[in-house]
Amino acid sequence: MSGTRSLGGRRMRSDAGIAWLLTLPAILAYLAMILLPLLAVLALAFTDYEFGARGFRWIGLANFADMLSDRTFAASIRNTVVYCLFVAPLSIGIALALAVLIEAGARGRAFYRAVFFLPVVSLTVAMATAWQYLLHPSIGPVNALLRMVGAGTPNWLGSSDWVIVSLGFIGVWENVGFNLVLFLAGLTAIPRELYAASEIDGARSGWSKFWLVTWPMLGPTMLFVIIITMTRSIRVFDTVQTLTQGGPNNASEVLLRTIYQEGFHYFKFGYSAAITLVFLVIVLGLMLVQTRLIDRRVHYG
Amino acid sequence: MQDRSLINDLPRLALLSLAAFVVLAPYIWMVAVSVKPQDEVFKASLSLIPQKWALIENYGKVLKTIPIWTYIVNGLIVCFGILFFQILFAVPAAYALAKLNFRGRELIFGFVMLGLLVPYQTTALPLYLGIHQLGLLNSYTALIAPFTCSVFAIFLFRQFFRAIPDDLINAARIDGMGEFSIVWRVIVPNALPAATAFAIFSVVAHWNDLFWPLIVIQKGNLYTPAMGILAFRSVEAGEDYGALMAAALLVTAPLVLAFLFAQRRFIEGITMTGLKG
Repeated sequence: MSGTRSLGGRRMRSDAGIAWLLTLPAILAYLAMILLPLLAVLALAFTDYEFGARGFRWIGLANFADMLSDRTFAASIRNTVVYCLFVAPLSIGIALALAVLIEAGARGRAFYRAVFFLPVVSLTVAMATAWQYLLHPSIGPVNALLRMVGAGTPNWLGSSDWVIVSLGFIGVWENVGFNLVLFLAGLTAIPRELYAASEIDGARSGWSKFWLVTWPMLGPTMLFVIIITMTRSIRVFDTVQTLTQGGPNNASEVLLRTIYQEGFHYFKFGYSAAITLVFLVIVLGLMLVQTRLIDRRVHYG
Repeated sequence: MQDRSLINDLPRLALLSLAAFVVLAPYIWMVAVSVKPQDEVFKASLSLIPQKWALIENYGKVLKTIPIWTYIVNGLIVCFGILFFQILFAVPAAYALAKLNFRGRELIFGFVMLGLLVPYQTTALPLYLGIHQLGLLNSYTALIAPFTCSVFAIFLFRQFFRAIPDDLINAARIDGMGEFSIVWRVIVPNALPAATAFAIFSVVAHWNDLFWPLIVIQKGNLYTPAMGILAFRSVEAGEDYGALMAAALLVTAPLVLAFLFAQRRFIEGITMTGLKG
């Protein structure tokens, strides 16, 4: 505002008027679509409100107490955790390996990057359907291949032992490209001289250079990728809804689907809101961890 | 990165190609199965080329059974409707936050940061209640309205606008331009890369979304592409994988083609969501 300093207070006042005018549409939309619904969901969680009912009662923490004895909710939490613990390490590890491989040479960079990124822009429901065919117990190519080599042919999406692994595998497939691109950006930011310096220090093989230079320098990127992947995979819904609808026997019930099911299928809005809060707290917890750790580890040198 | 001979580079390329094959497998079989007749699909062979082509049969069945073009048009209306309002609301707000001095600026920005922390699924229940109250279930409004305020867009644009020199804005003021025309005629043309990146991020997110449409839409003529696939499968083609893959391919193709034409912009746009949170 240096150019208008001479106008002093008057300039400030006219700024305020126009500024509120410019922000007004966003403020109204924010109130209606984000803030009020957020407060409403906070309130709903402490009621027994059911959609279509005439009234509701405040029931304190009863919804949360109900969760403790709700086997579907227990399954939902367990499956979501297992899913995240499957998807995050694998999609991050594979993405890092592929990023290092891509970065190690000049050939095919753009091609491979595009191929691995393709799932990120593809319609999840449609691709899940394609995976359903690939993983079909009797006519699917995956089991046809396994039969050829004489291995067992599991019912990937139909058996409670395999279903979360299969969904997890699809989740890895979805997330690798996203993480890969973040790692590629992190890798290009590492100064080349560090590799030269590490050679002087005796790091000959690519392997020791990786542990001496790449790995520590990727620290901040890595942290960021971990949190991003966790917050993405905790929101798994589309593949589950398309392929298993939580089944068989709740073996693939996940948090967002439970929220959807309790709210929009059984119309138990109060209970669904309470589960929503649990979901929100987990997401916020992850983000808190991120900001805490980033504050501490930003000076990685 | 050193230039190696092709021979030395082979192990690297082999590993990458193997991974690429796994990633591409669903696409390869999606295309292959969409032109196979049903009896060949059920033979469970690994071959990709059909002995008898069923392209017309499968795609014909899709077009006959579900109004897939309607779904695709719905998807476009919803995505671009959302994008239109997101830009319309976020750009002026971001300009005010970046370039104007006013009381309450910090407060508004604080609320923007708060909004960034809240996944949109959190607010689904009250939004549904509100939309139901207004009698707006099963409408484009129900699909578009909840996403009109993108805090992420405000945050992203604010960062970009801050980098635009004040002199440019002051010059426009001296020329007699009002703040509104400064926003749309000076700021926006200077922030096109950010706008493009955000547009891609937004369109991809909403084209692929299933959770919200599933909640507010029950009528077939308002189905989005993702819902269309689900509906087609449950009504008609439970095990008719040929037709199912044809339908899946038709709704996946628009974004995938756009991606292949503008890879770098897509990758930039979508990974910018990394800023989020």
